[in-house]
Amino acid sequence: MIAADLAPGAVLSLECPTITRTALALYAGASGDHNPVHIDIDACRAVGIDDVFAHGMLSMAYLGRLLTDSFPQQSVRSFEVRFTAITPVNASPTCHATVTDVEDGHAHLDLSVQLPDGTETLRGRAVVSLP
Amino acid sequence: MPVDRSIIGSRTPAFSTVAERGRLRFFAQATGQTDPVYTDVAAAAEAGHPDLPVPPTFLFCLEMDNPARGSFLSDLGIDVRTILHGGQSFRYHAPAYAGETLTFWTEVADVQSKKGGALELIVRDTHVERDGAEIATLTGTIVVRDPRAGR
Repeated sequence: MIAADLAPGAVLSLECPTITRTALALYAGASGDHNPVHIDIDACRAVGIDDVFAHGMLSMAYLGRLLTDSFPQQSVRSFEVRFTAITPVNASPTCHATVTDVEDGHAHLDLSVQLPDGTETLRGRAVVSLP
Repeated sequence: MPVDRSIIGSRTPAFSTVAERGRLRFFAQATGQTDPVYTDVAAAAEAGHPDLPVPPTFLFCLEMDNPARGSFLSDLGIDVRTILHGGQSFRYHAPAYAGETLTFWTEVADVQSKKGGALELIVRDTHVERDGAEIATLTGTIVVRDPRAGR
């Protein structure tokens, strides 16, 4: 994307792969987050959780990919999310970034990750400096 | 299960680590990143980077390698299976690259109760420094919950 395309209302999207148990195992290893709630169904059931669920930070990494697919990474000034719902294993989320404002050499984006049933799992914002 | 408010203001000892190229390639694989800038040093150099860039959320992963991190929760008597990640923010001041030594220290910024004490929120700021200069500031919120309560 180039700055001329950036206008309030513009939407960038990224279809994420299905988050399989293998994906969670790989992300646990690569990220260093070995919390058993993401990889070990026995440990989940022992505390009353039915099944493993995805690392919120995996979805945030997908949002990060959406940002770096669209902007040079060094132009990303801030990036923040709230995790608003659990992402179940085998979910297929979609990331969206909506330009809300372009001013003073910065683009402001609203971020969202949603499941196919419409559940919003992450909501956030980013600020990107423009050339 | 109230969290002791006296931890507000407490700091971890500084912890230094290096973002290794192999780990960054593994992270790219695990997050579906196919842009060669994140895996191929020649492609990164062609794009003007001195080495593989540390991707936007990977500083959080490096901070998780802090040996004091696990003990932070266990010292409070918190089972990691009862926590959720409530939120995460990154403020970037300078880019980071593979091979650089980065130093992390974390301070408890706040502890709050929600839903009549059913949830306890722990907010922590992590400062990331390179050669004494801060390159990024992370803020993370941990939600401590009762897993048997309604979800």
